[in-house]
Amino acid sequence: MIAELAIKSLRNRKLTAVLTTLSIALSVLLLLGVERIRHESRESFTATIAGTDLVVGARTSPVNLLLFAVFHTGNATNNIEWKSYRAIANRPEVAWTIPLSLGDSHLGYRVLGTTPAYFEHLRFARNRTLVLEQGKPFQSGEDAVLGADVAHSLKYRVGDSIVIAHGAGDISFALHDQHPFRVVGLLARTGTPVDRTVHVTLAGLDAVHEDVEPGEDPLASIIGTKHRSDTPRAITAFLVGLKSRGAALFVQRAVNEYAGEPLTAVLPGVALQEVWEITGAVEKSLFAISALVVAVGLSDMLVSLLTSLGERRREMAVLRSLGARPVQIFLLILGEAAFLTVAGILLGTVALYAGLIAGRTWLEARLGLYIAVSWPRADEWVLIAVVATAGMSIGLIPAWRSYRCSLADGMIVRF
Amino acid sequence: MSITAPVIELSDVRFSWTAASPVVVDIKSLRIDEGERVFLRGPSGSGKSTLLSLLAGVMVPRTGSIRVLGQDIGRMGGAARDHFRADHIGFIFQMFNLIPYLSVIENVCLPCSFSARRGARASVGNKGIKAEAIRLLEHLDMADPVLLRRPVSALSVGQQQRVAAARALIGSPELVIADEPTSSLDEDRRTAFLDLLFRECEQRRTTLIFVSHDASLGLRFDRVLPFGEINRLSGAVNVRDRIRP
Repeated sequence: MIAELAIKSLRNRKLTAVLTTLSIALSVLLLLGVERIRHESRESFTATIAGTDLVVGARTSPVNLLLFAVFHTGNATNNIEWKSYRAIANRPEVAWTIPLSLGDSHLGYRVLGTTPAYFEHLRFARNRTLVLEQGKPFQSGEDAVLGADVAHSLKYRVGDSIVIAHGAGDISFALHDQHPFRVVGLLARTGTPVDRTVHVTLAGLDAVHEDVEPGEDPLASIIGTKHRSDTPRAITAFLVGLKSRGAALFVQRAVNEYAGEPLTAVLPGVALQEVWEITGAVEKSLFAISALVVAVGLSDMLVSLLTSLGERRREMAVLRSLGARPVQIFLLILGEAAFLTVAGILLGTVALYAGLIAGRTWLEARLGLYIAVSWPRADEWVLIAVVATAGMSIGLIPAWRSYRCSLADGMIVRF
Repeated sequence: MSITAPVIELSDVRFSWTAASPVVVDIKSLRIDEGERVFLRGPSGSGKSTLLSLLAGVMVPRTGSIRVLGQDIGRMGGAARDHFRADHIGFIFQMFNLIPYLSVIENVCLPCSFSARRGARASVGNKGIKAEAIRLLEHLDMADPVLLRRPVSALSVGQQQRVAAARALIGSPELVIADEPTSSLDEDRRTAFLDLLFRECEQRRTTLIFVSHDASLGLRFDRVLPFGEINRLSGAVNVRDRIRP
């Protein structure tokens, strides 16, 4: 009965109630949205290097190595000698390796030189292998396999011809147009940086660079290409899969102490933790801001309930004369706060899901962020519960005031 | 008049807001019988509303006893007094009687939500509480469907007072207390309102305590109680109030 009165009373103050609900809803949307994107981006990062035990590159910081080798952001400080790569790849603990050569681009997309091992061993989203949607993996030095985003946004098909440029920028003047590539395969979408990468063979990449090495005789380089293409001179980094994960620390130390040249090996999980520590401060401030916005939303409710109390003293007196206990007056106001809070949370959550469903394609295309639309996770439920509890607790203030008032006023209201 | 039982009995009742503040109500004895229509007359600010709060059990006297329907309400707990009030007393105030966010019918039915006893009494020999509410409104010339659909704030003061009367009467409480219910009405409407109220109270043998400062209304009641005479201190309080800056 009190609940019914609370709802009817709110309906009578429709505009204020709707505005209060909206402000709570928006704040909940922001809070849950920030939390969801934080979680999903971590998931997405972790999934990208699923199955890789070590990432090896020239001596640099672990985070930098991970970022440029796996996520293709930033640049390598140095290359690795081919013989260093072979030396580590031949270690008995190593099950497989994927060499990576970066540094060129195609219309803003990174070009990656690698070997067929890439298609065989790379895992994403925990344990999925790359799947070719069309065509076949590269075989010769002229073949290119495109990630889903590259193919989709540049509208390439199998058989098209592409030219790559030196450097990573959108616009590059040093086009390697003497050596065009032919698209032989298109990869299915993975939700990882693979989607935004043009894959070619190491040999192909070497051939491109030898074609245009400044000051070199073009003829000599053509002659030279033949015997050098089998053993590339250098690569940027390589991924290592071990026979047993337990050997990771041992192999990591062996790489770090490799005598031939200064190398760095990182455990992707550990390096990611470092990344989270860097981004943690930003995430924390985003979280703090959204928590403050929730506080603002809830104090909005507090203000609107408190202001309404003054003009409702007459109503409280009438209810008291009808036999309402002060506790029931208390529950009436608390019930209104509870209703506003719950309505705000529901609306905010529904809006978040609607937004995720509507915006997931955009997020995936623009940020490479694959957002799973699933039920709220345990920590999201905790956030929801905290907001609900905070809303009720704030409702205690006007409820307590009206309780004190109705005890003091009784049926007589002295204005 | 048939055999009467006291509905209200006060003896040596004294009330002050705090232990240190002056006594505002001091009544040696007062008895009101079943079915009586009592006119309580006195200027505003003389402590009449405080007496009504004492009778309703919203406040308790510092000393003395207040027996309503044979029960000493001063000795009940707060919740029991609220319950007692819901079960046995109907109220009509001077104005703003109605809950603005409820419809006319919902306002009339509201006491039945707070008192199961009145809910049960309202539905006896009837189709339900709502039907009883409509019946009461009909008796008070307020059953026009157009009026019933209107928000209560859109009703005239006279119409609002009649809705309040229906609410006070639903479920046949033994006692109806009306605190200046006609002060906001003009002469004609005042008479019509009293006619309707008396008719309903007579049918149910409801005891009516009617408070007003307008002495001309007193003629129509069984008994007129000048508040200044029953409340021994009210004069003194007024003098003290005047002296204070």
